[in-house]
This record gives sequence, C-alpha cells and structure tokens, in this order.
Amino acid sequence: MASTMTVPQGGEAPVFYLKDEHPHPEGHSTPLGFWLYLMSDCLIFAILFAIYGVLGANYAAGPAPKDLFDLNLVALNTAMLLFSSITFGFAMLEMAKGKVAATQGWLAVTGLFGLAFLAIELYEFHHLISLGATPQRSAFLSSFFVLVGTHGLHVAFGLVWLTVLMTQLARHGLIAANRRRLLCLSMFWHFLDVIWIGVFTFVYLMGMLR
Amino acid sequence: MTDASVATSPIFGKLSLAAFPIHEPILVATFAVVVLGGAAVVGALTYYRLWGWLWRDWLTSVDHKKIGIMYMILGLVMLLRGFADAVMMRIQQAIAFNGSEGYLNAHHYDQLFTVHGVIMIFFVAMPLVTGLMNYVVPLQIGARDVSFPFLNNFSFWMTTAGAVLVMISLFVGEFARTGWLAYPPLSGISYSPEVGVDYYIWALQIAGVGTTLSGINLICTIVKMRCPGMSLMKMPVFTWTSLCTNVLIVATFPVLTAVLALLTLDRYVGTNFFTNDFGGNPMMYVNLIWIWGHPEVYILILPAFGIFSEVVSTFSGKRLFGYTSMVYATVVITILSYLVWLHHFFTMGSGASVNSFFGITTMIISIPTGAKIFNWLFTMYRGRIRFELPMMWTIAFMLTFVIGGMTGVLLAVPPADFVLHNSLFLVAHFHNVIIGGVLYGLFAGMIYWWPKAFGFRLHPLLGHFSFWFWTLGFLFAFMPLYVLGLMGVTRRMRVFDDPSLQIWFIIAGFGAFLILLGIVSFIAQIAYSIWKRDELRDLTGDPWDGRTLEWATSSPPPAYNFAFTPVVHDNDAWTDMKRRGYVRPVDGFKPIHMPKNTPTGLVLAGISVALGFALIWHIWWLAAVSFAAILVVAIAHSFNYHRDFHIPAEEVVAAENARTRLLAGSGA
Repeated sequence: MASTMTVPQGGEAPVFYLKDEHPHPEGHSTPLGFWLYLMSDCLIFAILFAIYGVLGANYAAGPAPKDLFDLNLVALNTAMLLFSSITFGFAMLEMAKGKVAATQGWLAVTGLFGLAFLAIELYEFHHLISLGATPQRSAFLSSFFVLVGTHGLHVAFGLVWLTVLMTQLARHGLIAANRRRLLCLSMFWHFLDVIWIGVFTFVYLMGMLR
Repeated sequence: MTDASVATSPIFGKLSLAAFPIHEPILVATFAVVVLGGAAVVGALTYYRLWGWLWRDWLTSVDHKKIGIMYMILGLVMLLRGFADAVMMRIQQAIAFNGSEGYLNAHHYDQLFTVHGVIMIFFVAMPLVTGLMNYVVPLQIGARDVSFPFLNNFSFWMTTAGAVLVMISLFVGEFARTGWLAYPPLSGISYSPEVGVDYYIWALQIAGVGTTLSGINLICTIVKMRCPGMSLMKMPVFTWTSLCTNVLIVATFPVLTAVLALLTLDRYVGTNFFTNDFGGNPMMYVNLIWIWGHPEVYILILPAFGIFSEVVSTFSGKRLFGYTSMVYATVVITILSYLVWLHHFFTMGSGASVNSFFGITTMIISIPTGAKIFNWLFTMYRGRIRFELPMMWTIAFMLTFVIGGMTGVLLAVPPADFVLHNSLFLVAHFHNVIIGGVLYGLFAGMIYWWPKAFGFRLHPLLGHFSFWFWTLGFLFAFMPLYVLGLMGVTRRMRVFDDPSLQIWFIIAGFGAFLILLGIVSFIAQIAYSIWKRDELRDLTGDPWDGRTLEWATSSPPPAYNFAFTPVVHDNDAWTDMKRRGYVRPVDGFKPIHMPKNTPTGLVLAGISVALGFALIWHIWWLAAVSFAAILVVAIAHSFNYHRDFHIPAEEVVAAENARTRLLAGSGA
C-alpha cells in the first residue's frame, strides 16, 4: 500500500487549508458560462446550416433562390446588422470610460439598427409569402425560413434584452453586475453578427450562384 | 382518441372529455393509486406542518447538495414508473402466444415501449447521474457551491417539469407510439395526428433546457472553482468524468433541441424537413438525433466509470492504478463518442465505405474502455479489498459490462448488424450496458455517498438482497433476449406466432420479477436504514476511509461545505491529509459568503408545464399567456441584484464546535 504513494510520508505537514481567504468576486464564472452557452447556441445554428446544406436544393418544383432573393435588399439588411455591431462596440468603449449617458446613447443606436434589420427581414418574409414561397412549399423554403427566422428570433430576443438592460443601467449605473451583463449582451450581439455573415454567404450569395 | 383531428375549441384546444382514458381499467386504477398516494403525501405534509420547511429548505434551495438529493428522488420515483412499464411489457410478451392477444391492446403497448425508453433515459438515468454530479463534484473540488446556484435550481425544476408532462400524458390523452426516438415519418403529423408525439416533444424540450444549463453550470464549476493546488491532473476521477460528461451534454443537447424543434415545425406549421414529399428527408432526422443519441449513452456511462474508479480505489485501500491513462481514456471516449452515430442505422444504405468508417470508430471505442477495465483490475490487484456493497456492485459491473461491451463490438460489424439490426439482440445489448454499467454504477454511487449525504450508512443486509436480486434478475431477464435476437426475433412485438419462443419470454419475465424484488429490497433498505439511523450513524464524516475531499468534511456537510477552503497537494487529497497529520482547524472562523434561496426556478418551471400543456393541446391563449408570463418572471428576476448573503461567523463557529464535540465523543 505505502509503496504506491508518491508523496513521502513524514516530514513537515504543509498547509492544508486557507486561513485567510480572499472572497471570490461575484460572477467570476459568468463570462466562461456565457461563452459555453453561445457555443451551444452555435451548435443549433450548425444543425440548421447542415439542414440547409442537405435540403437547400430540394425545390420540389417550386421557386429557387434566383427567383426569390433580392441581393440589394439583403445587402442593406446586412449593413444594418454590421453597423449595429460597430455601435455596440462604441457603447462598450464608453462603458470602459465609465460614461453612462454615452453608453446608453450608443446602445439606443444599436437597438434602432437592430429594429431596422428585423423590419427589413419581416418585409422580405412577407414578400416571399405573398409570392407563394411559403415555408410549407418545399424543403428548401422550410430550411431557409427556419435558418433565417431563428436568427431573426435571436435578434428580437437581443432587442428585448437590450431594452431591459438599458432600464437597469438607468437605475443602477455602471455597477459591476451591469458591466458584466453588458459584456454578455455584446458577446451575444457579435455572435449573431457572425452567424449572419454565415447566412449571408451561404444562403444568399451561394444561393444566387446555384 | 383516434378522431383527434376534430375541430378544436378556442378555449380547450384539442382537449375534450374523450382525452381522459376512463375506458382503460389499467389507467383508471393507476390514477386512483396516484391520487391516493398524492393525497397521503399532501396530508402528511399538512399534518406534520412541513410545508414551510419543504418550501424554504428544499424547493427553493440553491444548495447544490439539496438540489442533488432532489434529483435523486426524482430519478428514483421515475424509476418505479419506468420499471412498471417494463414489467407490463414482459408480462404481455410472455403470454401473447398461441393466438392470445395478451392483455394489452396495440395502442397501449406501443405507448409502453416508447414511454419506458423515454423515462428510463431522460427521467431516471439523467436525473440520477446529474444528481450525483451535483452533490459530489463541488465537495470533491473543495468548493462551496456550483458556479451558478440559481441556474442549478432552475435546471432541476425544468427537468422535473418535463417529467411532470410525461406523467400527465398517462391520464390526459396519450403518449407517443413511435419508439423512444420518434422517427419520422411515423412521428409526423400524417401518421401520428394525436397528441402523443407532442407530449414527447415538449417534455424533452423543457427537460432539455434544464440539462443543457446544468451542463454549462458544472463545466464552469469544475473549471473555475477548484480549490488551490487542485490542478487538472490532481482532480478526482469522478470529477474528470463529470467534466467530460458535461462537455458532451453542452456539445450534444443543442442538437436534440434543434432536431425536435424541426419535427415540431413539421407537425405544427406544415414545413417539410422530415416528410416524404416536397423535398423532405426523414433520414436527416435519424442522423441528427443519433448525433445527439450516441454521445448521450456516454453522458450516462462516463460518470458511472468515475464512480467505479472512486469505489475501487477506496475499497482496495490503494491509489487508483493508471490515473493518467484513466483520464486520457475518458477524454478519448468523449471525442470518439461523437464519431460513431451512424452505427445505429448501418441499414440506411449509406454504402460500404461509410459503414466501414463508423464500424471501425465504434470498435476503437472499446480500446479506451478496455484500458479502464484493466486499470480497475490492477487497482484491486494486491489491494486490501473490502467487500462492502459499493465494491460488490463494482465487481458485478465489471463482469456484466464486459459481456455488454463484447456484444457491442459484435454489433459494430456492419454485416453482422444487418442481421441483428432492430432485433432483441440489440435490446439485450443496450440493456446490458445501461443496467450493467450505468445503473450498477448509480447503485454503487448512491450507497457509497449515502453516509455523506445523510450522516448514516445504509444497512447492508437488505442491500445484499437487492444486489443479488438485481444481478440474477438482470441475467434472467436479458440473456434470453440475446438468444431470441440471434433467432431473429425483432423488438417492439406485441404478439408472437411461434410457440417455441414462449419459454424464453417466460424466463425473461421471471428475470423481471427478480428485478422487482431487487427494487423492493432497495426501498426496504432505505426505509429500514432511516428507521435504524441512530445505530448506523457515522460521526467521523469518513466512514469508508475515503480518499477524496468530500470525506474531509462532516456528514452531512454544513451548507458552506468547508469552513476553510482546502489546499490540495496530491491526487488523493484526503488520504494525503490523513497521512501527513492534517489537524482540523477549530478557531479563526470567518463569515462565509453564500447565495440566497429563490423560488424563481420553481415558478418558471411551473409556467413551463402550463406552456407545454397548452402547446400539446393547441390551447393557444394559454400558450401565449404562459409564454408572456415566463418572460415577465425572468425579467423581473434580473432586476434582483441582491442574491447573496453572509453566514455569520457565529453560526460557523456553532456548527464547527458541534462537530468538534461529536468527533471528540466518537474518539475519531
């Protein structure tokens, strides 16, 4: 038994517990936890992309991307979302300087860009459905609507979160908890941007080439 | 129920009086028993004035130990339900010969094999595994709680909410009749227009939220909250396997969420993901669900491997043999589990190259698993083995699991699988590894850590009965299925034509009866031990001469786990502390920072049940109201910034002094 021990017996007993402990800062695991959540969400999008990759050419004698997509509109939409990411970055810079009002201002601008993005997306969906290109029409359209729509739902959820957080910022200012929440929301927002770049390339641009 | 496509009412949706199975005597009797049992529990709680205690100390608790115990209770209660379903199937198959239809109609029988699988995996194995991880991991790493205590409580209640929906399906409407993975097109709206598949979907989606969040929580806990000195390669093996399991949870449950969401859209909106027409592809579903499904079985077995490692090392009085190889084997299994999913449907027709790839990766998994078995054997070699109950379960596991593993390698050979696919051989194989692996591990773990959780041991005699009934019962119940499977009998059959098969089903039924005795003995063991708890009391906190940090604190541990955060110097930290003259600190206590209890998790999960029920029955107004309520409650919770408090130093002093007196009294 003793021969399997790697630590020599006897000798000076080392410290086995901390007498004076510095308290764990609250929420010190939150950035890691939120990253893990984002990666799990990313997997959901990965599945939707995979579905689109497999079923995206199954038009069932219905309309194809070339018949439906208007790249000018999509480019405008993409610009809205990319601008919102930049303005969120500006908000975070103001947060680092400790300026509440400027942070709130940039957050509001971000929210407006987000709303514009959603409005354009809803207009596009409405337009497609009015053409008879409904999610039920073909597997291509099912996977298109669900991939793009899931992204849109995330943006909508982000807008709700943004509103709530702006209220909390107005109440409590840039306290540690609010800074942490802003950090999480900004990761979420940029994550949606990255996903959108995937959607824009994979669904719209490559769809037009098919 | 067959005319479920009738017009829906704006108030009750598809729900009507026809949904209540008053014409099924079995269900009516079950309902009566459930109502009587429920009334007895409610009555007892009221009579002994325990509601306040239950609410404050348990239901709203964010203490990882209490949440762990609640997970275990959920898993054990659901085990009774899942096992009752199994016994009903065994009886049906044992008697449905020679023109007999048995006693279950097809509608009922098809629900049984579906709900049995769903309950046993999602609401028995998962809660039991998660419960043990929740209880043990923070203690093993010298932490005071998990990273996100509120999220932990919320995860538990979401899992429970899923279980509640499955139980509701027993008495309101029906459950899916599709098999436990609900393959389309059978689970699509045209072949399953009733609510069964919807119960399946929403129960799993709601429970899945809990599982994913608890996975994130435990990863963060293990990565961020280890005590000083505990480098990754000094973590106890159970903590290592828990880490890998939770990585798998976070890396696979989103796949299940996505694929079930797509099936939902097919059913509710009429999209064409998994339909036969308009370009849909049902095999996409099968692929995707097994990309979740195969890692899922490793999610269950890895913690069991961790438990066996702790038990073998403790009861052999030796450091675990090959710690490093054990860790690497666990990590390799974690990665490989992602690369084998297609072996569940070699018969899909993906061609020889693809089948070979997945056959070979499957066979490769047996190498790290085999390495683990050898590590356990070498740990026992020249050890001073104590044949306590956890050790007996471990030895039974090694014998049983090797059989299951070898039949698994047989099934991994694509040509053999073409013959054995969907046969009872397969059914025998996966019960062999899940009972012989996961369940035996859970029994070993529950008995091993019971004294830690409650401060007294389980009485061994009834435990021995339980052990032998289970072990023999398992062999009687599943070895005949191997035989039947090799003869070509397929799974999920309700009646049989060939009378020569009947004897095997009768033997299997006898095995189920032995397992019943095993379960009864286990419950009796718990009840008897609670009754005799003063005789079985353990005052030392370390009844087994344990080796890891959870045994360094009292049993049951105080809310704060450790009065001072431990510092670790060696793999078996507690053995090291005992050997090198660790002296328990008796003064200098300080206030301890802890999270506050909150009912929000319970409230959110309760509304989620309403939301799930509304969506199942197409009660749209209720769905809208409960969805809005979830948002409101969650947002309101985010406005609460005061979620923690300090346990005053006096309380810590009082608790620790009480322990000092106990230790002095016990002579330890």
